[in-house]
Amino acid sequence: MTPDPNSLYGPLDPAPEAGWSQAPPRMGFFTDTSVCIGCKACEVACKEWNDVPTSGLDLLGMSYDNTGALTANSWRHVAFVEQPRPAGHRTPPFAGNPTDGSVSPASAAVAAGTGNPTGTDPGVPPGDPDAAARMAAGPEFLGMPGSQPPGRTGTADGRSDFRWLMMSDVCKHCTHAACLDVCPTGALFRTEFGTVVVQEDICNGCGYCIPACPYGVIDQRKGDGRAWKCTLCYDRIGAGKTPACAQACPTESIQYGPLEELRERAAARVATLHERGVPEARLYGHDPDDGVGGDGAFFLLLDEPEVYGLPPDPVVTTRDLPKMWKRAGLAALAMAAAAVAAFVGGSS
Amino acid sequence: MAEAHPVGFQWVMEAKRRGAKVFHVDPRFTRTSALADTYLPIRAGTDIALLGGVVRYILENELDFREYVLAYTNAATIVSDQFVDTEDGDGIFSGFKPETGTYDQTSWQYAGQENGGGAEDTEEARETAAGLRHESHGSPIPGVVRRDETLQHPNCVYQILKRHYARYTPEMVERVCGIPQEKFLELARAWTENSGRERTGVLIYSVGWTQHSVGVQYIRTGAIIQSLLGNIGRPGGGVLALRGHASIQGSTDIPTLFNLLPGYLPMPHHATHPTFDAWASSIRHPGQKGYWGHARAYCASLLKAYWGDKATPENDFCYGYMPRLTGDHGTYQQVLNMIDGKVKGYFLLGQNPAVGSAHGRAQRLGMANLDWLVVRDLFMIESATFWKNAPEVATGEIVPEQCRTEVFFLPAASHVEKEGTFTQTQRLLQWREKAVEPPGDCRSELWFFYHLGRKLREKLAGSDKPRDRALLDLAWDYPTEGPLAEPSAEAVLREINGFEVATGRPLGGFTEARDDGSTAMGCWIYSGVYADGVNQAARRKPRHEQNWVAGEWGWAWPANRRTLYNRASADREGRPWSERKKYVWWDEEKGEWTGYDVPDFEKTKPPSYRPAPGTSGPEGIAGDDAFVMQGDGKAWLYAPTGVVDGPMPTHYEPAESPLRNPLYRQQANPTRKVYPHPVNSVNPSPPEEHSQVFPYVFTVSRLTEHHTAGGMSRTVPPLAELQPEMFVEVSPELAAEAGLTHLGWAHLVSGRAVIEAKVLVTDRLTPLRVEDRIIHQVWLPYHFGFEGLVTGDSANDLFGITLDPNVLIQESKVGTCDVRPGRRPTGAALRELVEDYRRRAGITPERHAPVVTPADGEGAR
Amino acid sequence: MGIRTFIEGWPVYRQLTGTDPLGRGAAAQSERSAELTARTETADRVARSVCPYCAVGCGQRVYVQDGRVTQIEGDWDSPISRGRLCPKGAASKSLVTSPLRQTKVRYRRPYGTEWEDLDLDVALDMIADRVLAAREQTWEDVDDEGRPLNRTLGISSLGGATLDNEENYLIKKLFTAMGALQIENQARI
Repeated sequence: MTPDPNSLYGPLDPAPEAGWSQAPPRMGFFTDTSVCIGCKACEVACKEWNDVPTSGLDLLGMSYDNTGALTANSWRHVAFVEQPRPAGHRTPPFAGNPTDGSVSPASAAVAAGTGNPTGTDPGVPPGDPDAAARMAAGPEFLGMPGSQPPGRTGTADGRSDFRWLMMSDVCKHCTHAACLDVCPTGALFRTEFGTVVVQEDICNGCGYCIPACPYGVIDQRKGDGRAWKCTLCYDRIGAGKTPACAQACPTESIQYGPLEELRERAAARVATLHERGVPEARLYGHDPDDGVGGDGAFFLLLDEPEVYGLPPDPVVTTRDLPKMWKRAGLAALAMAAAAVAAFVGGSS
Repeated sequence: MAEAHPVGFQWVMEAKRRGAKVFHVDPRFTRTSALADTYLPIRAGTDIALLGGVVRYILENELDFREYVLAYTNAATIVSDQFVDTEDGDGIFSGFKPETGTYDQTSWQYAGQENGGGAEDTEEARETAAGLRHESHGSPIPGVVRRDETLQHPNCVYQILKRHYARYTPEMVERVCGIPQEKFLELARAWTENSGRERTGVLIYSVGWTQHSVGVQYIRTGAIIQSLLGNIGRPGGGVLALRGHASIQGSTDIPTLFNLLPGYLPMPHHATHPTFDAWASSIRHPGQKGYWGHARAYCASLLKAYWGDKATPENDFCYGYMPRLTGDHGTYQQVLNMIDGKVKGYFLLGQNPAVGSAHGRAQRLGMANLDWLVVRDLFMIESATFWKNAPEVATGEIVPEQCRTEVFFLPAASHVEKEGTFTQTQRLLQWREKAVEPPGDCRSELWFFYHLGRKLREKLAGSDKPRDRALLDLAWDYPTEGPLAEPSAEAVLREINGFEVATGRPLGGFTEARDDGSTAMGCWIYSGVYADGVNQAARRKPRHEQNWVAGEWGWAWPANRRTLYNRASADREGRPWSERKKYVWWDEEKGEWTGYDVPDFEKTKPPSYRPAPGTSGPEGIAGDDAFVMQGDGKAWLYAPTGVVDGPMPTHYEPAESPLRNPLYRQQANPTRKVYPHPVNSVNPSPPEEHSQVFPYVFTVSRLTEHHTAGGMSRTVPPLAELQPEMFVEVSPELAAEAGLTHLGWAHLVSGRAVIEAKVLVTDRLTPLRVEDRIIHQVWLPYHFGFEGLVTGDSANDLFGITLDPNVLIQESKVGTCDVRPGRRPTGAALRELVEDYRRRAGITPERHAPVVTPADGEGAR
Repeated sequence: MGIRTFIEGWPVYRQLTGTDPLGRGAAAQSERSAELTARTETADRVARSVCPYCAVGCGQRVYVQDGRVTQIEGDWDSPISRGRLCPKGAASKSLVTSPLRQTKVRYRRPYGTEWEDLDLDVALDMIADRVLAAREQTWEDVDDEGRPLNRTLGISSLGGATLDNEENYLIKKLFTAMGALQIENQARI
């Protein structure tokens, strides 16, 4: 069988491509951040089901986010972004109150300086204060807040607008997953559901997958050295159950189902929100024509992806592999054949 | 709601999806505010001013649901002309007795009933938290009332209410609450627009509302609005309490409270309930209308359940065994008595007052002065280790080698290691199956108390002391099962449900209770939960297999009704108000009430039924009296009795406030329960001097990631890591004023304590403009303590002890403090700092804030 | 295992001969992955329960294997919660299986500086003795006017609101019979 010309880039149904001839429909997550209440049930339900260890007991000061990022010890991560921006249809929360200017960018910048020893590598290293301030301020950000500590950066104008964005982030289960492409041991593999899973019995902790991920999701657990991330509850969905995070989610912010169906549902939700005066609603990771061939876990966002700490235009890092493949392919096949021959020969 | 009840919040999101508009009122912008359409920041402790503003808006613009109001409320009832309102009494109603700080309710009565026996002695009512009794049934009123259906009579409730709230204008709301007028009007408009035959609105509060010196009146104000707008007893309406513990509703229904017996029957009082007859009659109110007639049967059946064969009509069912109240024996009085050495032993059963109760230092000092303490919990909580790890050990106030309290820590069984029922916030009982046996020495409370009782009875066997008869004659034979000899929870539930003594047949409901000793019934309002010998609370018919009311999931008291007073979902004639809001209605053909829920009305009493004059008991309730548990069958906009601090809610400032009451000379609730004990103190409020020593308002509440005093969350790794440290949220404006930096330290000082916390400077907090002043509020989570995986100072340490007069619940949602940058002192220097503040504020053990604000006080209007 | 099956099981062989020439899917699936199933499917039993945290009353299913709780998750049949749980409810397994849970009686004698061990039955017996002693020391038969009181104010109790109704019923019944009326609950707080 010849690989699909799109097997490393472009639209594709990844499970059949990965040899699952009787593949069920591709399954995924649609995370609708417009109904997320930031309760973190997803983080806990994931840890409970998958026996994920704790990831540090530090107050990070990034609003209510004390997890910091997706790591080997946090497979769901709820981001909280406080922003001095209008929330579309809503009445400005602090209209008429005697406020000075916003402190959100300054607080976010301070928080960015705190790391979190998560017991993983690279874990949650201290961030970039400037980037954090930009996230909190939204697109109108005009530069780093001054050297004044938070609370002294206000303008006389006051701050009537405010919104609190929350988003439960997770591995994107890319159509073209560079982590999987670079994995030398076959530990990372494509399941029959089209999801991307690290097999803990195979992973040898080489760490090649870590720089390959365009979203910075993959991370290694210190001590055991292996890479760990969301499996989209491979064991649960194999048994016809819903992944732990989606089942727990109180407000259906995390929805699980056949990806095609989720994409339709997401498009309808965006249309509804637009009708209801939320023009900022947009999808992220839903497009099969994007740099990773579309995500198996995609999102409805209320701001630019960068605000949530997501790359605006992720591209599979192994995009150029096919060109190399043509040259290296024959050699690789020849080598593999030789190895088989040696094995058979050796045991006879 | 999204913060503390996230799964319940799914239904708010569901409503939003269908177009509902959500308003959120809170001192700070929370995860609920983030999803609301409109957020209103409010000064903590001013909710009656806001809600009173809404009442005024409704009445001034005649936006009440008039058909509903006339049919189902007491709006038309004429009140005694002796009644004097707070508007004419400068914040005090008629009947006030300054020497006791309580009211004589005679002048509050309906016209012609001033001496009809409805008025309560509110002093005894306050000391015994009598307000709690009305959870299952309203107050009685005698005889027939006079009404003016045109609502024009100057003394009709409608007009009295209108005058009472006339000054609660949008301008006043802004002045008191700090809510800009436009915002207030947006709320008032939306609320009133969602009223009438086709529409409803719902009011949801979390029980922080109860933790105020005017807590009951907060809820009363909400109930008045919902009654005026026709939002009670109807789908999509109601006043919904979000209670915070798995079975806290059950803990009042089958109370472990000093003043109540199961089913809200009062604990006997030494003076007013000398005999069984006096006790039963005080509940039954002979000759009055409504569902009181059977009270004697509930009383007799309870005692029959307690003392079994020994309880007979001849010996008044062993009523003589009952211990008697003489006044306030509530948890705060107890703690002060512990400090004074009056209490020998203390049981803590899954409760952590060292962190969870107001004035943590008093709690810990009290525990350090006992003969013995029994702590039963899952984890080693602060209340078990106070003798070695409390902050008072660091300050030298508790010295382990000198602390005599003997402590027994007995590990408890978890919710999966025992079976039994929880009653959740909608009065729904749900049975839990046991999954595994408890490990090691862990045992259920059922096991502990059953076997403790067994041992006590063994030790007393043969005693001839009269005082021991009550224990020896107790019906205490529960079957045990399994390797640990666990008593059968189902057998206990069966006793709660009630049974026919002669045959053991489980009763089908409380109407089967008898006062002749032929029935035993442990809790009359729960009767029916074991009807037909079936554990109805264990029913789990999947939601997809029944209607949306889901009446076959668990069992709700009373009689499995899911919405109380649902007769009001139909109009006077028994027809649904609209197709859209159809719920329960009169089926003319069958001659009975029917609908999606169990009708909260006598099944075959037609809407046209009118009682003959002078009829008492349930027969006195007319076919259109929807509020069947009220003496007059009406929802009370004005409460002639039953509420000890006034027939209508009135804005008073919290016991600690930086501001003078803008509405009345009377500063704070004149009937609030105060404890002039040396360990207790109240920070000064205007018109007293030195209120500026504590210039900031602080409020506390929960985080989604933690539970109450932290015993079930700071000990659980996946929760502990999500909120790992104590912190205080401050606005950028206060941060600038007080010199606080994000993620730096701050300490907060009150007249009781100083605590420290990491600082979160956030836009979610805002200063408020109140009376031309800027008021800064800070917010703290109250989950932290000194044990567990994550630790921190306890916010509740900052509070003093002042209670609501109706239910004796403490004001622990608002207080005043100072906020300073940096960490707090340690050791003896810590108490010195507090003492310094106390000196500056003029707080001495002898000084007590005046309960009644003096006439010539500063700022009198 | 014959050599043929051994080789057929070898990923590279499967990759070369199967439907997954790039070796990223079916061919790379490990034996463990192939045999993986949800532990809820293999549990010995499931108990229908209710979340112990707030009063919403979310349904829980408690899965048990070999006498141990292996999973607690939302009960999708529940009309209240529809299978959902908040972070606290979702942490219920960690709550009940926490290594920090105390499973032994601990005793601190008066003026003691450390915990000591104590047998459960002995503890129960000691507590019973102390209850009776406190009751004797503080018993009040009648008030000043000779009206019955039948009580002790020497014993207090404060219960949490995660106790079952059946437990509260027995607590109130026993304390009332022993004349202890300072019986309180989180419901007051």
